[in-house]
Amino acid sequence: MKKILSLLMVAVMLVASVAMLSACGEKANDKGAVNADFKIGFIFLHDENSTYDKNFLDAAKEATKELGLTDEQVIYKVNVPEGNECYEAAADLADQGCDIVFANSFGHEPYILKAAKEFPEVEFCHATGTTAHTENVANFHNAFASIYEGRYLAGIAAGMKLNEMIESGKITAEQAKMGYVGAFTYAEVISGYTSFYLGAKSVCPSVTMEVQFTGSWYDEALEKEAATKLLSNNCVLISQHADSMGAPTACENAGVPNVSYNGSTKSACPNTFIVSSRIDWAPYFKYIINANLKGEAIVADWCEGFEAGSVKLTEVNEQAAAAGTQAALDEAKAKLISGEIKVFDTANFTVEGKTLDSYKADVDTDEAYTPDTEVIADGYFHESEFRSAPYFDLQIDGITLLNNMF
Amino acid sequence: MKKVNNSLHTSHFSSPFHIVKRDDIVWWKAWMFRVISVILALIVCGVITISLTGINPVKMYLTMIEGAVGTTRLVWNLFQNTAILLCVSLAVTPAFKMRFWNIGAEGQVLIGGLATATCMIFLGGTMPTPLLILVMLVLSILAGAVWGLVPAYFKTRFNSNETLFTLMMNYIAIQIVAYFTLEWSVPKGSGTPRTLEMGQLPALFGQKYLINIIIVVIITVIMYIYLKYSKQGYEISVVGESENTAKYIGISVKKVMLRTMAISGAICGIAGFLLVAGTDHSLKSDTAGGRGFTAIMVSWLGKFNPLFMILTSFLIVFLQKGASKISEVYRLNPSFSDIITGIIIFFIIGSEFFINYKLKSNKKETEAERC
Repeated sequence: MKKILSLLMVAVMLVASVAMLSACGEKANDKGAVNADFKIGFIFLHDENSTYDKNFLDAAKEATKELGLTDEQVIYKVNVPEGNECYEAAADLADQGCDIVFANSFGHEPYILKAAKEFPEVEFCHATGTTAHTENVANFHNAFASIYEGRYLAGIAAGMKLNEMIESGKITAEQAKMGYVGAFTYAEVISGYTSFYLGAKSVCPSVTMEVQFTGSWYDEALEKEAATKLLSNNCVLISQHADSMGAPTACENAGVPNVSYNGSTKSACPNTFIVSSRIDWAPYFKYIINANLKGEAIVADWCEGFEAGSVKLTEVNEQAAAAGTQAALDEAKAKLISGEIKVFDTANFTVEGKTLDSYKADVDTDEAYTPDTEVIADGYFHESEFRSAPYFDLQIDGITLLNNMF
Repeated sequence: MKKVNNSLHTSHFSSPFHIVKRDDIVWWKAWMFRVISVILALIVCGVITISLTGINPVKMYLTMIEGAVGTTRLVWNLFQNTAILLCVSLAVTPAFKMRFWNIGAEGQVLIGGLATATCMIFLGGTMPTPLLILVMLVLSILAGAVWGLVPAYFKTRFNSNETLFTLMMNYIAIQIVAYFTLEWSVPKGSGTPRTLEMGQLPALFGQKYLINIIIVVIITVIMYIYLKYSKQGYEISVVGESENTAKYIGISVKKVMLRTMAISGAICGIAGFLLVAGTDHSLKSDTAGGRGFTAIMVSWLGKFNPLFMILTSFLIVFLQKGASKISEVYRLNPSFSDIITGIIIFFIIGSEFFINYKLKSNKKETEAERC
């Protein structure tokens, strides 16, 4: 019996010493060339099975490969929930010697911020967050993209499809009603569907839209149900801001055109997919890595669009889109880049029948949602300028909300 | 299990073996079985790993150990997670010992967490922090106990099926919590839970998880004594072995059932309190993180013995932490490390079979039984 006990003891000691050795080994690696020393860690909410996370993962792979980072210099932590686990993951990445830690989900923010305060020598970058400009933690940064411009273009494609239906006598101008499946009644979603609607309206003035919220960022069944409800309300075109295939599939089954998000759904919906807008995160990743390598500061709020390559449109599906869509999109894109057209031009929308010349938005997030910043100037709503994440939350005329989720 | 003492002839046909219950097994032999099963599991996992991924299994296991105990932070993390899982497992144990299948721990934890979060939001700032923490603790214990009592009441009153009842109560709790998460989310409508600042558990000696661990250690000791030496603990085992015997010797089965489920729910409530006030500082519908279900395995593997359960909960958390490190280092989909963990746990559960039973060759029926 003693023999077995002592054997067990030896085994435990062996395991412990191996663990210690491997921990030491890691530290020894720290001494190397400046560039070989660099490490970046990514924290993702899900794995590549989610379209949202796959978009980030692909961008991270592209950016790190292009900058010549080795596998040892890039660490991915996937399936990290929006809880204390996120803080632990960030702290562990910092312990492993990461110079930059990036997290991709909105709910990661408070935990990343907590880690940023604890590790001032590490840069913490967080996508879609809202507090970097008010927290003033030097090593904590937010990033987003002016995706509302992408959605505006997607809206133009939708409007042209509606015009085609009107011209062919399939619907009357009054019947040009679109449906939109949104996740939550929240600025990011409101900004998204409004820019989409305004894009459609710029080419099809009689268009109206109904919005149905699901109360979840990813719920295939709910999104499909919402799309079906909109279809039964006689919506003749559907778009969505949620991450599953629920709405596109419902559209394909019903033979109703769909404008997608996060990437092309053409392979699953060859007859109804028109176009999709998405954010490409590779430019941001390259920016933060280069800034860190050069010892330059990373801006607190980063928001870029077409020019930096952060906002992209997929190829137009000729089978479903109206003729001449691609050319119209290219033209509008050039005008958006030159500043000739503004998505939220106050001349193009009204709120309760009135044109706005002043509006205070809740840019500095607080629990009471106090409006704090004047965002209308020079005849347009300045979206994503005072912080990277969207704050357009006006309910404009022409859009009907079927429910609310907040 | 002890009731099945004679040979179980699984087949009267051509099977070369039949299964026989062991009367008793020397402790070191039982442990030998366990160690052998772990070694076998590691070999099988190694073969699978090499053939599917080409990764050196020894390196993989070292990575696993590194992921669980590689740094001081990870060690604390490991202990903290073990403590919470153990706490939920301790909660379900008295109910299981009574043969009351409480699979509603997930919901009981969430309701406890909801009570804690409610206090932190609405009472935070109105009273001194120590008092606030006390109120949070008491209310989460009450909330958990009520959530446990509901199915117990229906069981004693209408003989409803407690397995289904407790399971369904999980979904109710999850939906209630989801509702309040959205209601309290910041910014409004984002679905992201707000960070609860008031009433967080303090760090002891600079260690933020130490208080959680101490609380769970205390519960473990109390539960051990309660089950093993108290009259109520004895009543639980009698009800579990045979309700008729319990009735015959004058134990009120209904009373024991209600009382035990209240205790079960109350400890789940404490786990919810520790999760919300001690670690997460927020509440979401997945705050319990499936621990309510993992706890069932921990409790069974630990044979309803609180001291064994320390080991089993540690083992499961160790495997989980190690497995996630594997997917991080080797860039494998997390499902692969889940498969590895699954195989190891399967072998460990399998070893319990060989500890309780043995295979006997049908050809030598007459040979004397000796282990």
